[in-house]
Amino acid sequence: MNELVEYFPAILQGSLVTVKVALLSVLLAILLGLAGAASRLSASRWLRFPAVAYTTLIRGMPDLVLMLLVFYGGQVVVNNIADRYAVEPFDLDPFVAGVSTIGFIFGAYFTETFRGAFMAVPAGQMEAGRAYGMNRWQVFHRILFPQMLRHALPGIGNNWQVLLKSTAIVSMIGLTDMTLLADQAGRTTHQPFIFYSVVAGIYLLFTAASGWGINRLERRYSVGVRHARL
Amino acid sequence: MFDFAIIIESLPEFARGTLLSLELMALSLLAGFVVALPLAVARSSSILWLSRSVGMYTYLFRGTPMLIQLLLIYYGLSQFQWMQDGWESGNPVLLLFREPFFCAWLAFALNTTAYTTEIFAGVFKNTPVGEIEAGRAMGMTHFTLLRRIVIPAGLGRAIPTYSNEVILMLQGSAIASAVTLVDLTGAARYVYSRHFAPFEAFITAGIIYMLLTFCLVGIFRMAENHWLGHLRPRTSPDKQR
Amino acid sequence: MIQLEVQDLHKCYGKHEVLKGVSLRAESGDVISLIGSSGSGKSTFLRCINFLEHPNAGRIFVQGEELRLRPDGHGALLPEPKQLQHVRTSLAMVFQHFNLWAHMTVLQNVIEAPMSVLKLSRAEAMERAQKHLDRVGIWAQKDSYPAHLSGGQQQRVAIARALAMEPAVLLFDEPTSALDPELVGEVLKVMRQLADEGRTMVVVTHEMGFAREVANHVIFLHKGLIEEQGIPRDVLLKPTSERLQQFLSGQLK
Repeated sequence: MNELVEYFPAILQGSLVTVKVALLSVLLAILLGLAGAASRLSASRWLRFPAVAYTTLIRGMPDLVLMLLVFYGGQVVVNNIADRYAVEPFDLDPFVAGVSTIGFIFGAYFTETFRGAFMAVPAGQMEAGRAYGMNRWQVFHRILFPQMLRHALPGIGNNWQVLLKSTAIVSMIGLTDMTLLADQAGRTTHQPFIFYSVVAGIYLLFTAASGWGINRLERRYSVGVRHARL
Repeated sequence: MFDFAIIIESLPEFARGTLLSLELMALSLLAGFVVALPLAVARSSSILWLSRSVGMYTYLFRGTPMLIQLLLIYYGLSQFQWMQDGWESGNPVLLLFREPFFCAWLAFALNTTAYTTEIFAGVFKNTPVGEIEAGRAMGMTHFTLLRRIVIPAGLGRAIPTYSNEVILMLQGSAIASAVTLVDLTGAARYVYSRHFAPFEAFITAGIIYMLLTFCLVGIFRMAENHWLGHLRPRTSPDKQR
Repeated sequence: MIQLEVQDLHKCYGKHEVLKGVSLRAESGDVISLIGSSGSGKSTFLRCINFLEHPNAGRIFVQGEELRLRPDGHGALLPEPKQLQHVRTSLAMVFQHFNLWAHMTVLQNVIEAPMSVLKLSRAEAMERAQKHLDRVGIWAQKDSYPAHLSGGQQQRVAIARALAMEPAVLLFDEPTSALDPELVGEVLKVMRQLADEGRTMVVVTHEMGFAREVANHVIFLHKGLIEEQGIPRDVLLKPTSERLQQFLSGQLK
C-alpha cells in the first residue's frame, strides 16, 4: 500500500501527459478531418483522390504500426538529413511522434464523420441561403457549418472516446505517459496488478466523464432542434 | 532507401507473424461471438439486475484500453502469491497465464465480447415490435421467439456493425507484441531491429494488414448481400436521384 | 358451438380507462365487425383477447375453455403462460401492418409457427402452406421476401400465415388501414371468401362495405363502451344512437 502512495503522484503526472496527448491529437485530427472532408466533397478529382487514399490507407492499418513507422522511420529521415548537411542529428521526441501519429490516424476517421455530416444537411438549406443573396463563404459559415456540426456530434464523441483509449499505445514508443509509469512502478515494486488497475481506473474516469459530457452536448443540441419549429 | 532484399529475406517472419495475427483474431472473435450471444440476450432482457450486471462488464471493458487489459492479465496477475503458488505446483489452469498467447487471446476475447455484446443487444432491442407480436399471437414461447425471430433477424441486421468490430479486432491485435508475441507487428519490430530498416519493416506490415482488411471488407460485403438482400426493396428509390 | 366469448372486459392505461366493460360472443361461422372512431378502444379490445395487451378485468373463453387469470398486483390480469400459448394457437391474428417476419421468405413465414409451435413436420406444414398460399393467390411468390411484395400481397401472406394455424377464430386488426386504396380490394376479397367458407372471424375495420355485406353482427364501440350492436342491416342502415349516426355520416364523406 505504501508503494501505491509513493508512486501515485507520478502516475497522476503521467495521466496529465495522456490528457495532453489526447487533446493535442484530437485538435490535429479535427483540423485534418475538416480539410479531408472538404477535399473529399470537392468537385475536383485531384482534390478528391488524395483524400480517398488518405482515409482508405489509414483505416486499413493498425495505429501501432503507423506509430512505429512514424517514430522509427522519422528518426531515420532526421538522421539522413542531418548527415547530408553535416549537422548533429536530434532525437525524435516520442511526444511529437505520438501526437502527430494519433492526430493523423484520427484525421481519417474525422474526415468520414464530417463528410457524412456535411452530406446530411439538405441541399435546400444552401439554396435558401444563396437565394437570399449570401455568398459562398456566408453560406458555408452561417448555414452549412453549424448544421453540419449537429449531425457530426455523435461521430465526434465516438471518435474522441476511441482516440482517448488509443493514447495508451504511445507508451510502446517510450513516451512516459501513465501506462509506462505504471509499468515501471509495477516492475520496481513487484505489484504490477495494482498499478495497471490504477491506470485502468483513470482511463475509466476519463471515458466516463467524456461520455457524460458528450451526452449533455447531444441532448442540448437535439433539444434545440425539437424546439426550433414555429 | 527502400531495400527489397530485406523484405524478401524476411518474408518467412512476416508470413509466420501474419498467421499468428490471424489465429489470434479468429480465436478471439470465435470466443467473443459464442459468449456474446447469450450475454446480449441477457443485456437486452427486461430483467433489470441481469441486464445491469452484463452492462457493468461491457462498461468496464469498453471504457479502458485493450492494451491495459492485456498488461493486467499477462504481467499484472503474476503479482499474486496464489498465482505463483499455482505455477510452482503445476496447476494446469494457472499455468496458462504464463503463456503470452493464452493471455493475449483472453484479453482480446474479453474485449471483443464486450463490444459484440452491445452490438447484438442493440439489434435485438430494435426488433420491430410487430414481428414479436406476430410470434406471440401465434403462441410462440419466449424461447422460440428468441431462437426463431429475434436472434436470426438481429444477426442479419448486425452484419454491418459487426464487420467493423472484426476489422477493429484485426488491427487491435497489433498490440500482442507488447507481451512478447511475434505477431505481424511483432515480426515487423523484429525485422526493424535486425536490419534497422523501419520503412521496409513497417510499410510491409502495414500493407499486409491493409490487404487483410480489404479481404474482410469483401467477405462482409458478400455476407451482407446474401443475408440482408431481403430487407432492400427491389424498386430502389435511387433511380430518382 | 361458441368459439369465443368475452365477458365484461376492462382495460385502463394509468388513470385513463379505454375499455369499460365490453362483451362479445362468437359462434361458429359468425363474422363480427367492430367499428368505431379511433380511440374508441376497438383495437385494444381485440389485442386484449389474445393478451397482446393485458386487461384489468373480465373473463375470456375460447372453445369453452376459460383462461385462468390472476392479478399481477398492479391492477392488470396475468394469464398462465402455458394455457395462453395453447389458446393463442386457436386465435390467429392478422395485423394492420402485416408484421411479416422480414428475414424469412413468404413460405418460411407460413410454415414457421406450425412447425415451431404446433410441432408439425415440415411436410405437413408445407402441405398447409401450399393450400393456404394458393387460396390467397400468393403461391407463385412463395420464395420472395416480404420487402419485395406490395402491401396487399403482404397482407394476403399474413392471412395465409394465420390460416396455416387452422385456428378456431381469426382476429383481424384493421387489416386494410395501412394499404393504398387500390390494394384494399384484393384483401377484402380474400376475407369475403373466408367468411363464405364459414370461418369464425372478429374484424376491427373501417370498411363499412365489408361490415354491411359480409358481417352478420356489427358492434359499434364508443369511448370504451358498446353503444349499439346488432345485425348490419339494422345497425348500419337504421342507427338509433346519435353517435352512431354521426359516425356513419362521417364515414360516408
